[in-house]
Amino acid sequence: MLRFALNRLLQAIPVLLIVISATFLLVHSAPGGPFSADKAVPPEVIKALEAQYNLDQPLWQQYVSYLGDVLRGDFGPSFKYSGRTVNELIAAGLPATAELALYAMLVALVIGISAGVIAAMRPNSMQDYVPMSAAMLGICMPSFLLGPLLVLVFGIHLEWLPVSGWGDIPGDKIMPSITLGTGYAAYIARLSRGGMLEVLSQDYIRTARAKGLSERLIIFKHALRGGLIPVVAFLGPAFAGLLGGSFVVETIFQIPGLGRFYVQAAFNRDYTMILGMTIFFATLIILFNLLSDMLAIWLNPKLRQQQAGGNN
Amino acid sequence: MKRQLSDLTFSLCSTIALTLLSIFILSGCGTSENNVSIGNRTGTLHWGNGTEPQSLDPHIATGVPEHKIIIALMEGLVLKDSKTLEPRPGVATSWDISEDGRVYTFHLRKNARWSNGDPHNAHDYVWSWWRALQPALGNLYAYMYFSIENAKEYYEGSIKDFDQVGVKALDDFTLQVRLKNPTPYFLQLLDHYSLYPVHRQTIEKFGGADERGTRWTYEGNLVGNGAFQLLEWKINRRVVVERNPHYWDAENIKLNKIVFYPTENAITEERMFRAGQLHYSGTVPADKVATYQSRNDPALHIDPYLGTYFYRLNVRVPHLQDKRVRRALGMTIDREQITQRILKAGQIPAYAMTPPNTMGYFPESDLAFNPEAAKQLLAEAGYPNGEGFPATEILYNTSEGHRKIAVAIQQMWKTHLNIDVKLLNQEWKVYLNSVSGRDYEIARAGWIGDYVDPNNFLDMFLCNGGNNRTGWCNKEYDRLILEEAPTAKTHAERLAIFTAAEKMLMEDMPVIPIYIYTSNNLVNTSVKNFNDNILNQPSFKEIYLEADTGVEN
Repeated sequence: MLRFALNRLLQAIPVLLIVISATFLLVHSAPGGPFSADKAVPPEVIKALEAQYNLDQPLWQQYVSYLGDVLRGDFGPSFKYSGRTVNELIAAGLPATAELALYAMLVALVIGISAGVIAAMRPNSMQDYVPMSAAMLGICMPSFLLGPLLVLVFGIHLEWLPVSGWGDIPGDKIMPSITLGTGYAAYIARLSRGGMLEVLSQDYIRTARAKGLSERLIIFKHALRGGLIPVVAFLGPAFAGLLGGSFVVETIFQIPGLGRFYVQAAFNRDYTMILGMTIFFATLIILFNLLSDMLAIWLNPKLRQQQAGGNN
Repeated sequence: MKRQLSDLTFSLCSTIALTLLSIFILSGCGTSENNVSIGNRTGTLHWGNGTEPQSLDPHIATGVPEHKIIIALMEGLVLKDSKTLEPRPGVATSWDISEDGRVYTFHLRKNARWSNGDPHNAHDYVWSWWRALQPALGNLYAYMYFSIENAKEYYEGSIKDFDQVGVKALDDFTLQVRLKNPTPYFLQLLDHYSLYPVHRQTIEKFGGADERGTRWTYEGNLVGNGAFQLLEWKINRRVVVERNPHYWDAENIKLNKIVFYPTENAITEERMFRAGQLHYSGTVPADKVATYQSRNDPALHIDPYLGTYFYRLNVRVPHLQDKRVRRALGMTIDREQITQRILKAGQIPAYAMTPPNTMGYFPESDLAFNPEAAKQLLAEAGYPNGEGFPATEILYNTSEGHRKIAVAIQQMWKTHLNIDVKLLNQEWKVYLNSVSGRDYEIARAGWIGDYVDPNNFLDMFLCNGGNNRTGWCNKEYDRLILEEAPTAKTHAERLAIFTAAEKMLMEDMPVIPIYIYTSNNLVNTSVKNFNDNILNQPSFKEIYLEADTGVEN
């Protein structure tokens, strides 16, 4: 397992290098610079600013010096937020984004797995159709529609929950987590239904039934573990997706997370910010994929054996 | 054994997940009082403030959200009356103006203090203004200083010695400012944050005087001279300021705190306002204005704003070189339709660049909606009934509002002039690149005044004006703005010169004015002493909160 992890980490280095180089080239070739503004900017000012951020150097020199900084873990200063470093901005936004992703994932898992298991217990019956139709609706419902709908009902009309904020007013984390988690819950429901159906048709389940075990015991003790392997494989990319894709929800609910910075950075041509965030998210995606693969190996005896065989 | 352990871990994980979820759901239970009612009790104003501030350094910041926070933290020599915008004493108790209008002598308060208790005197202004004119600092508002003698020359490097710039501390409490020309709006400039003083020791403690991006404006570091001081700055969350006990007028400040919320999204901000999380929102989504108006909601404040929405015409494009074509285009825009059917928030149709009643100035313009005369002009220019008129493009930065207006104008030109116009939208920075590089034919634009004076709208179109961007150049126009207006003997004479210049501009029409902006604010009825003005500039030192006995928002 350790060797597998190390291998994957080594493979990640060229991937990250490609990500950095491509992003670096793309941001520098985008029309419009970080210092252009609605009002004319005097050439003296442009010159001073470019000198300050080393933009007056040849591009290759900027690239080399940027790589050096990244190796030291320094993403540089933000062009837009004077005096703030990219590291500092990521550190400021990460807790809210990570917490939101975690809660959304919990919402997604609890709702998704329950719906999937219930549906798989009686395939092609109402017990299957209802949760699966709801899942389809969840997949189709974009967060920019669900969020405002929830706000309208629970925030404005019923006044049960705050309409915005994160950790400021009790209950302000509920609607954003549900909004972000719903789409993923729907995917998880479909995945767990598929996984469970496959497992439930296996011989060992038939044996368990023949032994007279209760359905509850069969599902929870024997079937769930195998049935959830597809869900586990989905967890890594899903968590990375939740972290990187929370922009809409962060905007709707006024959450001080990373997503807003990322999108604004692109609009502002905040080169260092775009690069820093991209590297950060790329690393996260690589790590989460690795973790989810390791978890899948741990859960699946077949894969575990293959891995052990490979290592020998 | 191993299998049992895995099962155990699995059950444990599920239990933890469910417990966390329950805690998170239960954390929402229980009713809570909203920000507005708590704020009314504690004297805390909750202010929706647009975007996250880029900087709180008055010599670096440029945006409206930064402006709102900085005016709470700092103060200039002169303030403005929150209703009439007339100059009122700020750090200076009084001032004398020489007969030729070129020398201002300010008498500073002896009890003025920085928020850390340090004495605040005339030398602070000399140092601060020196700092603001250092090119390395990258101050985009350096031009606000250019009415001061030799300030422009010093900034551009032709003068090296700052002593030659017209600012001098005669003693600790007397500051003398010499101007290049009489500048009637000079006192107004002093209330612009770019001319605010900064605390030298604090800046030098955190870096060089002309160094950008040092940490002197961070929470715990910033020292200002305003009615409030910085208490907290949580990125993307809030900026909190509290009453400054060292402020010269501290005893008359009624608010204890102001919480500024950076809300990127106008729709979210309006929702926060409706849910009682904000006392104020400065961005009402266009489609919500009608709802507030229909129920006569006292929270809605719509007032004229010192800004003009207009189209630039690139006069270097061959078919737009003929001023008859430009006039014809300008005369076939039905501005009433645009303001009443599309914008619907009290905007005023514009027939000149300068908004009416700018320092008593009412622009005269012969521009009117006149399709017949326009057709005639177009025919004279060689395009009878629009025949042979080259394909032309309207460029705008991506926004639903700009698109709607462009579509309406495209339709109007088709109907009245029988010409085909295409629409092109570009992302903001790409659009800025196209416009500043004059890579466009017709481009949407907006201009918001920095100070209330026609000069602020008209000097944009000087031959070498950085914001001209149309390629239009008229030496006589330049002469009026640069030579005649500054040396006018009376206010009336000066306004007459601007009238003549503006007529010239409208006659040549390198720009087509479309409408005058309005400021749309949502203000909770518990916010008292909130005065609307054309700069949409609040006076936090006057505002207080008083819960209405009736229904609260």
